[in-house]
Amino acid sequence: MTYWRTYVTPRTLDDALAALRRSSGEARVVAGGTDLLLDLQQGRHAPVDTLVDVTRLPELAEVRIEAQTLFLGAAVTHASLAADDRLERHARALREACALIGGPQVRNVATLGGNVAHALPAADATIALLALGAQAEMATVDAGRQTVPLASLFAGPGQTTFDRARTILVGFYLPLRRSHQGSAFRRVMRPQGVAIAILNLAVWVELDEQACIADARVAAGPSAPTPQRLQSAERAMIGQPSSSVDYAAVSEAMRSESRLRSSAHRATADYRRHLLGVLLERTLPAALDDARRPPEDGA
Amino acid sequence: MSPLQPLEMTVNGIVVRLECAPTEMLADVLRERLGLTGTKIGCSEAECGACTVLIDGLPILSCTYPALRAQGRSVVTIEGLAENGRLHPLQAAFAQHGAVQCGFCIPGQIMTSAALLAGDPDPSPEALRAALKDTLCRCAGYPTIERSVQAAARALRTGQPVEGPEVKTWSGGRVIGSTQPRPDAVPKVTGTAIFTDDLVFAHMLHGRALRAGVPHAVLRRLDVSRARRLPGVAAVLTADDIPGENRHGLVVRDWPVLVGVGEKVRTVGDAVAIVAAERRDIAAQALALIEAEYDPLPVVSDPVQARLPDAPPVHAQGNLLKHIKVRKGDVDQGLSQAELVLDHTFHTPMTEHAFLEPECSLARPLADGRLEVYVGSQIPYADREQIAASLGVPQEQVRVIGMLIGGGFGGKEDITGQIHAALLARATGRPVKVLYDRHESLLVHPKRHATQIRVTLGARRDGTLVAAQTELYGDTGAYASLGDKVMTRATTHSAGPYIVPHVRADCYAMYTNNPPAGAFRGFGVTQSCFAIESVMDELAAELGLDPIDIRRRNALRIGAETNTGQRLTESVGLLECIDRLEAELRRRCDGDPFRARTVAEAPTLRRAWGVAVAYKNTGLGGGAPDKAGAEVELYDDGHLEVRTASAEIGQGLVTVLQLIAAEEMGVPADGVSVLLSDTDLTPDGGPTTASRQTFVAGNAVLHAARALRQAAAATVAEHMDCPPDEVRFVEGLAQVADRRVPLGTVAGWMRAEGRKPSTSYEYWAPETQPLGSGGDMHFAFAFAAQAAEIEVDLATGEVRVLQVIAATDLGRALNPLGLQGQVEGGVIMGIGNALTEEFIVDKGVVFTDRLARYRMPSIVQTPEITSLIVEHPVSSGPYGAKGVGEIVSIPTSPAITNAIFNACGVRIRRLPVDQDALAMELGARGAA
Repeated sequence: MTYWRTYVTPRTLDDALAALRRSSGEARVVAGGTDLLLDLQQGRHAPVDTLVDVTRLPELAEVRIEAQTLFLGAAVTHASLAADDRLERHARALREACALIGGPQVRNVATLGGNVAHALPAADATIALLALGAQAEMATVDAGRQTVPLASLFAGPGQTTFDRARTILVGFYLPLRRSHQGSAFRRVMRPQGVAIAILNLAVWVELDEQACIADARVAAGPSAPTPQRLQSAERAMIGQPSSSVDYAAVSEAMRSESRLRSSAHRATADYRRHLLGVLLERTLPAALDDARRPPEDGA
Repeated sequence: MSPLQPLEMTVNGIVVRLECAPTEMLADVLRERLGLTGTKIGCSEAECGACTVLIDGLPILSCTYPALRAQGRSVVTIEGLAENGRLHPLQAAFAQHGAVQCGFCIPGQIMTSAALLAGDPDPSPEALRAALKDTLCRCAGYPTIERSVQAAARALRTGQPVEGPEVKTWSGGRVIGSTQPRPDAVPKVTGTAIFTDDLVFAHMLHGRALRAGVPHAVLRRLDVSRARRLPGVAAVLTADDIPGENRHGLVVRDWPVLVGVGEKVRTVGDAVAIVAAERRDIAAQALALIEAEYDPLPVVSDPVQARLPDAPPVHAQGNLLKHIKVRKGDVDQGLSQAELVLDHTFHTPMTEHAFLEPECSLARPLADGRLEVYVGSQIPYADREQIAASLGVPQEQVRVIGMLIGGGFGGKEDITGQIHAALLARATGRPVKVLYDRHESLLVHPKRHATQIRVTLGARRDGTLVAAQTELYGDTGAYASLGDKVMTRATTHSAGPYIVPHVRADCYAMYTNNPPAGAFRGFGVTQSCFAIESVMDELAAELGLDPIDIRRRNALRIGAETNTGQRLTESVGLLECIDRLEAELRRRCDGDPFRARTVAEAPTLRRAWGVAVAYKNTGLGGGAPDKAGAEVELYDDGHLEVRTASAEIGQGLVTVLQLIAAEEMGVPADGVSVLLSDTDLTPDGGPTTASRQTFVAGNAVLHAARALRQAAAATVAEHMDCPPDEVRFVEGLAQVADRRVPLGTVAGWMRAEGRKPSTSYEYWAPETQPLGSGGDMHFAFAFAAQAAEIEVDLATGEVRVLQVIAATDLGRALNPLGLQGQVEGGVIMGIGNALTEEFIVDKGVVFTDRLARYRMPSIVQTPEITSLIVEHPVSSGPYGAKGVGEIVSIPTSPAITNAIFNACGVRIRRLPVDQDALAMELGARGAA
């Protein structure tokens, strides 16, 4: 079967955009391909004309700190991110998520950009990025570049608001971690069936001088058709003393805001509701621990 | 066709330039364009890790890596690991430590490990497991793999040769019972071992089948004309093109080779047409051009429904394949006399063998009109019979050449692609390879029977069993396969390895529109053991008795009568298994192992042990003729060749036969080569099933070797003018007093006398009686007792297995290294059966149609496994050996579920353990 007619590996972003523009039929950007290629080969995605491989674009392969932000190139692999001290220092939730995705071989090719572009509501790295307040930079054919909040990229399960035939995710910007800020990511898996989380949770917190939660971001998946922050849970956390958080209240807020569903042969909505509370009790303390580390500490 | 694009990459140090199609994956380029078939393809889904190669030093799955992406990169495959002809320490370690069983996953394991050690020369156990997490082994040699990697790491760090394993040897033989790496280990670790898909012949075509995709329907219309016209298609065949029988089957010939127009489709995997084309992708395109229309019929989706009077009939004769009965004493009276009666119903799912090597058959027509079929089959002679029947030719016109098998576990006993390949080869006059992809494999080959088992158990207050009534439903799917035998085994073993005076068992093996169910390691006893062993624990709990004591009290022993009326006269090691298990358990635990314990710093975790016991027949039993033939030949260079058609599926038969011949002829083990599975060259060994081959093929080789030794002794005696009983065979020499002559010379003497220096022997196992006759159903049983320690998270329902102790009575341990792999692998398969595996079918439509949806255990789920070997020899076994392949996997599931009850008070009556339901139940009880 001809799942794709041509496979190009440009060396510059402009060449990549040109390849997308030039494609005589549907085109797609590919990096690791651990979702996209299987979707094409197994018939879940219609055949395309051109695959544009972005793994050799230097800009997408970088991790760099500039001004007060951490930039993560969209084609950086999960393996690289999981091993990067800068993530451990500034974006622990993302490092933890990337270390859990798939297995070692898959992490050697699968990328952050791919995770985001696949747009699944429980995508581990995406959920972590959301809680970390990520912005996404993208380059679109004949439309230049823009940087947008990550949450605005998703339209529905597996659906993006941007045209994946004409847009290349360039990378993601995260604020550097300042003192009294921290994050964590946890998930629960099922031992049978596909290796996708039953439920995952990413929490970012900022403490004030009294060690109360001054600010929070919470993302859980799958809690809605798109990756979502749970803002009522965030509001419930803010103001609480970090040493005596009212978990029941925050859990209740999470449960009422999230739209948990049952997935056939995977998990019931009831179980997911139950797990929200359990995961909160495991993730928030880890995020608070991270917040108590001095910001220079990369270990 | 897409334009080809240029690729330049370095492979194993050599720069390679080719032109590739954009859709070619690196694995295909390595295997098919460069002939480097050491890299195996297990799934094409980036799930199993078998295809792992190193790209710029990183382990990457080549099955889903576009070849063009390797531009400018350096690729290293298994073939590139050895240097200057010397094995890499990883290769040497894997071979020496017994990590190689079927061998199919081994190149991937070694490459992944090589990358680990390059970056981390002294890996912690956690780092090792993390690195190998998604490099799967279904033979589940994970503990031996771990030991191999650590041994290799040490050798690399110190520059010393790899240290061999410490494996206890047993029994009193010279080479029997010694630690012996398997004779095919080196080819398997170097990637030179040839599996069927590694074969390529000139002018070879690729064959594929169009599967119905509907569970129950009449095929109304079939039009293959557009497919026939597609350029590159050499043949398209339908049912009309079958010259001989259109049905195959191991017991009942009810399985269509191709469903014809007007005939019924009974399961989604039924084939309606087959295609042979120049390339695999053309064959796939041709399938898409075939037009097939179906009139759907109502679907029978479970065996209980199948038995209802108004159930739609799957076969004309109705849905009952067999009603199996066991009767002993008077169960109603027994139950009324019991002081406690428990009555519970259990459910086990369909499960999938998930052998790593997908099925492959290659048929090649010969100039003389005969047909060769290369296939990794568990029953080569049965393949030959069924192929010949469909071709409408005498069996002698077909030669089945058994290839290495990348895992079977019972799933490669039935016909898969053999007949299709043969038909296409005959129609085109060219070799045809039929390779299943994982998706097709999941749809087509028979599964483990799903069951519903009701157990009514009556006992006295002191725990003595009085009566056992079991009612079993087995889902045998659309075709009989071995369903009759499997459900018979499930039923006859359904009261457990206990002395029970009154027994009534009724089993309904039912046809449904699910994929067929057939042989799968454990063969029905996996299912019924789960049921009875769960109830035994409940009985112990109700009566306030220790779960080990209650089993000991009732255990079968010498002089006891089984539930089928067989009086056991020898070789019943169950009590010793139980005693040694208990001793080890008490040694490890302070206090009661069956009481839940908390875990420091983790308030939601609970741990506890659980136990279960089991027995399993060795050999076919039930009156079936059980025999194997073998030949042993002595060559002029002094080496011996053993020949039998018995199939090696990774279990180590080839080593056992090597050791037996070596023992009898007084030669070192590597002085013996073993040729298996060629219907032209090797006598019929019968199926590799029922844990029988060590017993039957082993006995055949033993007797053939003894006969050869006698003939050789007679020749030597004549030449040396002495009585034959003064001739000794030692270290490859025949020795009389202080005169020695090499065995090769003796071969020459024999030939000069007109005596062939080879013998053949057809061994018949002791006769058994059919069920219901009151006679001995089986000539030997293996016994086992296992204990599992689990940890359950009360908050999430997650369960993990921490330790397993397995005590196994196998008669005599002939091959300790192979045995270790079987015990560890069997336990891990049991863990999968309890916790991770479920083959889901929804109203006849297969949901688990991708390997991504089926989870077999990974190395990270491997507990600490302790194997206690118990030897109660059976006098008819070779050196007293019984079978062990299945028994080791059977008690593990109930040991785990009993442990779960002990840890958190929830009784599991359905497999696999549902963490969702468990968490909700615990939550409802306010446990967390």
